[in-house]
Amino acid sequence: MVTIEFLGPIQKEKISLEASSLHDVAAYLSKDDELKGWLESCAVAVNDTMVSDLDTVLKSGDRVSLLPPVCGG
Amino acid sequence: MIELYEGPVPVEETLSRWYKEEAGSNYGAFIPFVGTIRDEDGISALSFDIYEPILNTWFEAWQSKAKESGALLKMAHSRGDVPLHTSSYIAAVFSPKRRVALEMIEAFVEDFKASAPIWKYDLKEGRRIYAAERSTKIKGSGLLKVQK
Repeated sequence: MVTIEFLGPIQKEKISLEASSLHDVAAYLSKDDELKGWLESCAVAVNDTMVSDLDTVLKSGDRVSLLPPVCGG
Repeated sequence: MIELYEGPVPVEETLSRWYKEEAGSNYGAFIPFVGTIRDEDGISALSFDIYEPILNTWFEAWQSKAKESGALLKMAHSRGDVPLHTSSYIAAVFSPKRRVALEMIEAFVEDFKASAPIWKYDLKEGRRIYAAERSTKIKGSGLLKVQK
C-alpha cells in the first residue's frame, strides 16, 4: 500500500491504495471529483523528494504528496 | 537552518542577532529582505501553512549553492496568522563582496516565491481563504493529470 497525502489548501484526508507506479496513482485520483482542478495544478513528491516522471516506481510504504500552487512570503 | 515562528517573525531581534552572529566572519556585505503584510483588499491578516521536510531540502540546496560563491543564506518565516503591518518573512545573504549578495538575494527570493512549499491564505471577515490567484504552480505541476 502507498499513502497519498494532500498538502496546504486541499481539504482532503490522506488515502491508501495499491499502486506500483505514479501511473496507478494518477488513474485512481482522476476518478475523484473532489480533486478536479487540483491534479492539473499540483506538483508531486515521493517520500519528500520532488518527482517529474509518471514512471516513478512505488513500493509498499511509500508516501506520495500533492503540492498545490505556492505563495510564501 | 530555517527559523520558523508561530505568528509574526521578530524582525528587529532576528536582524540584530544575524548581524552579530556573522560580525566576525569577514563578510563585506549583508543584504536582508523583509516581507511585511500590507493593508489591502479588506484583509485583517495573512495566514500560512508550511510543509517543512521539502522546505528544508529546498533551502539546503540553496545553501550549498551560496557556499560555492563564498556566501551564506539565512531565512525566517511565519506559520499561522500574521497581522497587518507585521512581517512573515526574512531572507538574508552574507557574502565577501556586494555583487554576489545583490544577485543572490534576488534569485533566492524569486525562487522562494516559485518553489518553497508554503501556502498563503487571506483572513477576511473571520474566513481563511486560499490565495489561489497569487500562488504559483511548482515546476512540474500537472504530472498526475490524466491525458484524455
